[in-house]
Amino acid sequence: MSRQSLTEAQIIEFLDKCLEVEFSFVKNEIPAVDIVKQSRPHQDFILNLTQRVAATNIELAYQFAVHSKQALEEMDLLMVEAWAMSATDQYDKQGLYPAMSAIKNLDQFIHTAHVKACGAVFEEEASILLPFIQGLAGRKLKLAEAEQAYTDTETIFIPAITALFETKKENFLHYKVTVAYLWAQIQFGSFRVDLEILSNDPDKLNKFSVLENIRLEACLERELPGLYRDMQILKTLFHPEHEQDTENLLSIESIQALLHENAEAAHSLDIIENIKVDQWPEVYCYQGTIQIDQVATIFERRIEKEKAYFRVALSELANEQSNKQDDNPIEETDENSAFKLANKDEHTKQSGNIDLELDGELITPPEHVRELMTSIIVDFGEIPPEYLFAAGPGEYDLKKYQEEEINPNDVWKGTYHEEGAEIYNEWNFKRQYYHKNWCVLRELEIKPVYDDFVADTLNKHKGLLKSLRHTFEVLRGEDKLLKRQPYGDDIDIDALVDALADTKSGMEMSERVFTKMHKEDRNVAVIFMVDMSGSTRGWINEAERESLILLAEVLEILGDRYAIYGFSGMTRKRCELYKIKTFDENYDDEIKARISNIQPQDYTRMGVFIRHITKMFRDVEASTKLLITLSDGKPDDYDTYRGEYGVEDTRQALYEAHREGIHPFCITIDEKARDYLPHMYGAANYAVIDDIAKLPQKVSDIYRRITS
Amino acid sequence: MQSKALKPEEYFIKDEPFYQSIGEEIEVFEAAYRQGLPILLKGPTGCGKTRFMEHMAWRLKRPLITVSCHDDLTSSDLVGRFLISGGETVWVDGPLARAVRNGAICYLDEVVEARKDTTVVIHPLADDRRVLPMEKVGELLEATPEFCLTISYNPGYQSVMKDLKQSTRQRFVALEFDYPDAQLEAEIIIKETGIEDKTAQQLVKFAHMTRDLKGSGLDEGASTRLLVHAAKLIVDGIKPVTACKTAITQAITDDSDMLIAINELSSSLF
Repeated sequence: MSRQSLTEAQIIEFLDKCLEVEFSFVKNEIPAVDIVKQSRPHQDFILNLTQRVAATNIELAYQFAVHSKQALEEMDLLMVEAWAMSATDQYDKQGLYPAMSAIKNLDQFIHTAHVKACGAVFEEEASILLPFIQGLAGRKLKLAEAEQAYTDTETIFIPAITALFETKKENFLHYKVTVAYLWAQIQFGSFRVDLEILSNDPDKLNKFSVLENIRLEACLERELPGLYRDMQILKTLFHPEHEQDTENLLSIESIQALLHENAEAAHSLDIIENIKVDQWPEVYCYQGTIQIDQVATIFERRIEKEKAYFRVALSELANEQSNKQDDNPIEETDENSAFKLANKDEHTKQSGNIDLELDGELITPPEHVRELMTSIIVDFGEIPPEYLFAAGPGEYDLKKYQEEEINPNDVWKGTYHEEGAEIYNEWNFKRQYYHKNWCVLRELEIKPVYDDFVADTLNKHKGLLKSLRHTFEVLRGEDKLLKRQPYGDDIDIDALVDALADTKSGMEMSERVFTKMHKEDRNVAVIFMVDMSGSTRGWINEAERESLILLAEVLEILGDRYAIYGFSGMTRKRCELYKIKTFDENYDDEIKARISNIQPQDYTRMGVFIRHITKMFRDVEASTKLLITLSDGKPDDYDTYRGEYGVEDTRQALYEAHREGIHPFCITIDEKARDYLPHMYGAANYAVIDDIAKLPQKVSDIYRRITS
Repeated sequence: MQSKALKPEEYFIKDEPFYQSIGEEIEVFEAAYRQGLPILLKGPTGCGKTRFMEHMAWRLKRPLITVSCHDDLTSSDLVGRFLISGGETVWVDGPLARAVRNGAICYLDEVVEARKDTTVVIHPLADDRRVLPMEKVGELLEATPEFCLTISYNPGYQSVMKDLKQSTRQRFVALEFDYPDAQLEAEIIIKETGIEDKTAQQLVKFAHMTRDLKGSGLDEGASTRLLVHAAKLIVDGIKPVTACKTAITQAITDDSDMLIAINELSSSLF
């Protein structure tokens, strides 16, 4: 039986409460008139969504309620929810005003939704398109989003969304052909011409594009016939009217030469002026644009850099070579070694798969030199002779070409910079939705401080450490001899004697007469996340550090892979993860000195760190992945990240971690933790330690318990 | 038709297995064989190591005993063990002991996968002693000049656990294998399957595309073996794009985006 619809009064009462009418003075009668006409499930749906939007902003929620009738008429429930959530996202990103217009501008939303439903979206397709262009031969290209499709010869730019065609499939095809065409521009040398001639002459550039399209299409037909067919599909779908214009061009003799295998871009440029036709064909939809300036800048920078790198690499190769020939003493010559190219036939030339020759010796260049050669060949069509002289000592300073690394500490200075940081979502339980790209996380170093702390700790806990070592040694994966097995490496004599005795006495003989070695493999990877918030100042911090030292000592015995990170921060814009020990680092004096310098910082935001660590765990192969948090209280940050909000976000992040096969566990000294930890970690995945002094002992104890 | 059951030491290869030599590996192997040196084959999967062994066994006219090593393979699996038969224990030789006894070529495929204790029994066989200690029966089995020990190893696995110890690797003559160059690889595919030249070239080109993606999403590019598989399907009437998809793409990755990307590459090519 369906429930009764709500009355207008009931709706107003509900809205008054969730829109806080006594402060906001909104007129809830207006939306109520519309909502009351809906069916009960729709009423509930709208009111529930209104409440969720109200968690973000009340005015926004009011506008949502007012527009809900029209939305329900024009979209299904899922789309209505998406519409509301896109407005709250807009609020997060740009504030109230754009969010309000997102709600009010329903038609625009419906239009974009349609585009999104059938269009290809960069964000979704990039993970396919990137390996696609990298698989095509030549320079390793990057892929990025831009207003228009073009390439600067190192990166291929395509628009965020393409919806020229009716179906998603065709739009994806458009993307694919566009990136492949831009790749062809680079690979088949469209930019190996004097670009300056084109730079101030849009008409000429346009004609150049058209001619190049003819040449590149012929190249693609030879190299990638399947893609060529796709191109033809797009052409007939989108430019049927151009056919004739192109035909006209192709009847001209000088243009036919462009179809030849050895045709070069220079030819396209040469013939532009001589071609007289009434109507030049338009540029095709997959051609993108040619950005002369961008190409020129990148080109100039790369040419110089690659020449330097290549010639330095050659001088390294030459050195290696002379070291190899021990019997010939190295002749000190002023002349630079001159290399030659071996096996220089057309086929291998294109792939950059060329061997080098020095003084008649064949040298197969290492991978990075090969990549350089490929890239140089893409630019020039060959390796220019002047490149083949090894660089003299001190001729180049390669540091000049390295991109400057940004020091994370510098970035912090001044305004909040998000450059180079990792961005994570955050869960808003009231809204039942993620705040997109909400938290800015940065990994920072801890400066090692070489003091007496470690030695003191080891001394202080000498007895404890001894017993801990003992218990952990027992745990270490060791071979166990299993007896009475149905099959195995060796005969279990006792079992065999029993079995034979059984047979003699007329019973059935047991088959379990073998012994077998069973190897216990501990394949555990664990990350410790240590609370470095201000509240740990003093006692707690010291106990934490002591625990880490003891733990590291015993983990070394166990052989489990482990990493230690500290976390703290202030507001969502400054979440800081301190690297204490990564998986790759050995537990040495520097690590000890870093532990010794763990200092209390600011606040405790937790979800973002758990998400970051979850991401880190993806690259770790282990059958058991553990995330152990050492904490002194609830998640709590300077902004709204406290109370239920913080707990719920942390819970959500832990849930995400769990879904990826990570077992979270929390060790805390907060006596009130029993109120919230079971909700966050689950009933069995936490431990509360009442006495801080016992922390070092307990932590190791707990670790032993949960991993055995 | 019933298949024939053979004892491993009776397995002589009668017809010449097709093997396209890339360098001097055949000459080096023969010399090492004459000198009683053990041999280590290095190289990525599917580049022709096993085929090379078959070819060499045929050339040298010795039986080939191949053991594919796995992480549960122990020394008793190689040397032998006692079994019970009619109330008595009976010693049964493992494949390695059989090979030593019969002067066969023993090929331990992917040796790093085996347990560490297996290397202990290989060591005395792999240096100038050339003996196989059989602890359980208290004997030392001396190898005849015909016996040859070969192991293979894929250095592409970047796991510390799966590395060959120096003490082991420094006993062997190492032969490095890699995918042949484009022209040669196409010829191999043609000889193996009879596919037409142009399609073979395209397959090789496709393989290079996937090999370029090694490290950026793929662990390993398409091997020559996979190309041969695809070519066989094409010869049998399957469309090239479908053949690449089933015989190559699906074999090298499970990642859904990568699958699509590689399929797009093959459909661009054919």
